[in-house]
Amino acid sequence: MRVLAAMSGGVDSAVAAARAAEAGHEVTGVHLALSRNPASYRTGARGCCTIEDSNDARRAADVIGIPFYVWDMSDRFHEDVVEDFMDEYAAGRTPNPCLRCNEKIKFAAVLDRALALGFDAVATGHYAQLRTGADGLVEMHRAVDGGKDQSYVLGVLDQEQLRHSLFPLGDTPKALVREEAARRGLLVADKPDSHDICFVADGDNAGWLREKLGDRAPNHGGDIVDDATGEVLGQHGGTYGYTIGQRKGLRIGTPAPDGKPRFVLDIEPVAGTVRVGPRERLAVTGLRGIRPRWCGTVPGTLEGPGVTVQLRAHGDEHRARVVVTPDGPDTEVEVELLDPAYGIAPGQAVVVYDGTRVVGSATIAATERVPA
Amino acid sequence: MTSRTVYLDHAATTPMVPAAVEAMTARMLEVGNPSSLHASGRQARRVVEESRETIAQAVGCRPGEVVFTSGGTEADNLAVKGVFWARRGADPRRTRVLTTAIEHHAVLDTVHWLEEHEGAEVELLPVDSHGVLDLDALRASVGRDPASVAVVSVMWANNEVGTLQPLEEVVAVVGPHGIPVHTDAVQAVGQVPVDFARTGVDALTLTGHKLGGPCGVGALVVRRELGVTPIVHGGGQERDIRSGTLDVPAIAGFAAAVELAVKNQAEHAARVFALRDDLVRRVVEQVPDAHLHGAPLDGAATGRLPGNAHLGFPGCEGDSLLMLLDARGIECSTGSACSAGVPQASHVLLAMGCDEESARHSLRFSLGHTSTAADVDAVVEAIAPVVERARAARA
Repeated sequence: MRVLAAMSGGVDSAVAAARAAEAGHEVTGVHLALSRNPASYRTGARGCCTIEDSNDARRAADVIGIPFYVWDMSDRFHEDVVEDFMDEYAAGRTPNPCLRCNEKIKFAAVLDRALALGFDAVATGHYAQLRTGADGLVEMHRAVDGGKDQSYVLGVLDQEQLRHSLFPLGDTPKALVREEAARRGLLVADKPDSHDICFVADGDNAGWLREKLGDRAPNHGGDIVDDATGEVLGQHGGTYGYTIGQRKGLRIGTPAPDGKPRFVLDIEPVAGTVRVGPRERLAVTGLRGIRPRWCGTVPGTLEGPGVTVQLRAHGDEHRARVVVTPDGPDTEVEVELLDPAYGIAPGQAVVVYDGTRVVGSATIAATERVPA
Repeated sequence: MTSRTVYLDHAATTPMVPAAVEAMTARMLEVGNPSSLHASGRQARRVVEESRETIAQAVGCRPGEVVFTSGGTEADNLAVKGVFWARRGADPRRTRVLTTAIEHHAVLDTVHWLEEHEGAEVELLPVDSHGVLDLDALRASVGRDPASVAVVSVMWANNEVGTLQPLEEVVAVVGPHGIPVHTDAVQAVGQVPVDFARTGVDALTLTGHKLGGPCGVGALVVRRELGVTPIVHGGGQERDIRSGTLDVPAIAGFAAAVELAVKNQAEHAARVFALRDDLVRRVVEQVPDAHLHGAPLDGAATGRLPGNAHLGFPGCEGDSLLMLLDARGIECSTGSACSAGVPQASHVLLAMGCDEESARHSLRFSLGHTSTAADVDAVVEAIAPVVERARAARA
C-alpha cells in the first residue's frame, strides 16, 4: 500500500512510520503544520507544532529512508479545532481538542487529501489496535498497553476512516517502542511524551482563553457560589477557566462547614457564576450524548457484562447500559451508568466499548446527578 | 522509484562543473594560510589572488573590488548593512533604504532588521505584473529627498519568477544623486551578461553554487571608493571589510566556475531557453489553463532568465504538485520561502498582484547546464495526471 505516515516529531509516530515501511508499504512522511506562526505554539520538546518538532520528524524520516514533506493544515486546524475549543469553553463546556483534531484534521482533511493524492492509508503513532471482524468490518480495540491506550481519542472515527487507517503501535507497550526507536537509530527515542494542549503554549489554559476570547467571553469574572446555600464564597476570573469536577485554583477563603474540599459542580456562563460543593454532589448516574459517531454498524441498545463507557482520556471504564435513539439527524445516546462517575463535564466525549472493542462515541450534552 | 532523477531546480543550486571540482580538490591537500608570510602562505595567497583576478575579469571589475564571503546571503548582508552604516555614519540624515518588494530574503530580512534595530526607514518599491521594478516609483521616492537615502538595492534577476530588472535605468535614476546602488546578481551571473563596470552599480553579489561552483563561497564586488562598515571583525582580511581565514580550495573552485560560466554564457543561455520555451509550450498544451508568471517568453531572453519557467496551475496546491512530481523523480520547487517547512504564499507573486490563492498554486522549474530535452519530455509526460490528481486533492 501507499501509506502516508503523519509524523509529529515524537517517538511514537516515528516508530509507527518505520514499522509501516518495514512491513513493505511505500511510506511517505508528512508533518502537519498546525500554526502559521510556529513560535506561538509550544516550544521545546513537549508539543507537536514547533520548528524543532518539524526538524525532528524530518530527521526521523531520513533515518527511516522515506520522503518527507510538511503540510500546512493551519487554516483548517484553527477553524475546526481552535475556534471550537474557544466556543466550547465560552459556553461553559469542556472540549477535548485532540478528539476534534482526529475527527476533523488527521482522519478527515489529511486523509481526504492523501486519498486524492493516491495514498491508500494514513498511519499514526496512536496506541490502538485494528482488526477485521467476522462481518468484514474493521474493528478498533484498546491497545495492549493499557496505560498508553488512545482508543478514547480515536472513538470519533467511522468505518470509512478506520478502513484507511494504520496504528502500527497498538500491539506494543510504550517502553518497548522507546527501545525500538533507539535500536532503529531514531534520535527522538528519549524525547518526552507530549502532554496538554499543543496550541496553548505555556499550558495556562485559562490565561490563553482570557487573551484569545477577549470580547467573545461571556464574562471575565463573577461569583463563586456555594451550591447548597447560595452563599458567595469568592470571585473567579472568568467561567471559561473552570471545568466541572475541578478542585484546584478555586481560592475560596472560608472553609466548608464540614471541612471537606469543594469542587466545581456547575458553570453558568451567562450568569457568570461558578457553583461549588462537596465531591458527592459530583456523582453522575447517567448522561445524554449528542452527535454520535459509530465505528461500524449503528447499534440499538447495548447492555451486558462487557459494555462500558469511558468519559475522559485515560479515565476509568464504567459499566453502562447504552440506548441509541433511532438513526437520523437528531440521533442521541442515553447512557445509564452502573458504576457512578464523578466530575463529568459536558463537552467531553463518552466513548462506548464492548469488551476491548470501540463501538463509537458521542459528545456529552447533559449529565444526570444524584438528587441533593 | 524511478531510476533517473530529473533535476529542474537549478535556481536553488546547480551541480558543480568538473573544472571547479578539479580546481578545488587540487588545493584541498595543500597547506597554507594566505595571510602567512612563508612559502606555503605565499602559495595559498597566490591562488586566492589569481582567483580574484579571474573573477574580476569575468564580471568586469578590478581585482581589488572582489571581497570574498561565505556566499550570497553574507554578501547581501554586508552590502546592505555595511553601506547603510558607512553612509549614515558619514551623514546622519541618510536613514532611508530603498529596495524592491521582490528581493530575496537575504536582502528583505536584512532591511527589515535595519528598520527594527537601526532606525532605518525602509521603502519596498512596487513592481508591475511581470515583476519589473516600477522606475517611476523609484524616481519619485529618491526625488522626494535624495539626501536622506543611504543605499538602494535592486536584484539583477528575481530568483522565483526570473524577471530581469532594469539595472542601468536604476543607476541612471539614483547615480546622479551620489547614492550607491547594490544588486544581488546571484541568479544572473552565467545566465545573462553581467558587467559590473558597464552597469555602473556600486556593489554586486554573486555566489558559487548557483553557477557550477561550490556552496559556501561567494563575493561582494564593491567599488573601491565605497565605504563599507564590516559586519565580521577579526584578522582584517579582504581589505578589512571581511575578516576570516580565506577558504582557498573553495575560492579556487568558485573562480574556475565563474570563469567557465561567463565564457559559456551566450551558448548556455541559447541552449537553455530553447529547452525552457519548449517546456512551457508543451506543458500548456497538456494543461491548457496553466500560465506563465513573470516576463513573457521573448526568444531573445532579455526580460527573463533563460532557465526559468514559473508556472501557475489553477486549482492545485503547489506543494501537492511538488510531492507528486518528486514521487516520479522530477525535482522542482514551489518557489516560495519556508519557515519550519510551512509554505507561505510567495511575497514575489503577491507583489506582482497575484492573490493569495494563485500565489499558492505555482511551481518553478529552473533549467541549467545539465538539463536535457529528455528532462523536458519527462515533465510533459507527467504533468497532466499530476495536475489532475492535485486538483482532486483540493476538492
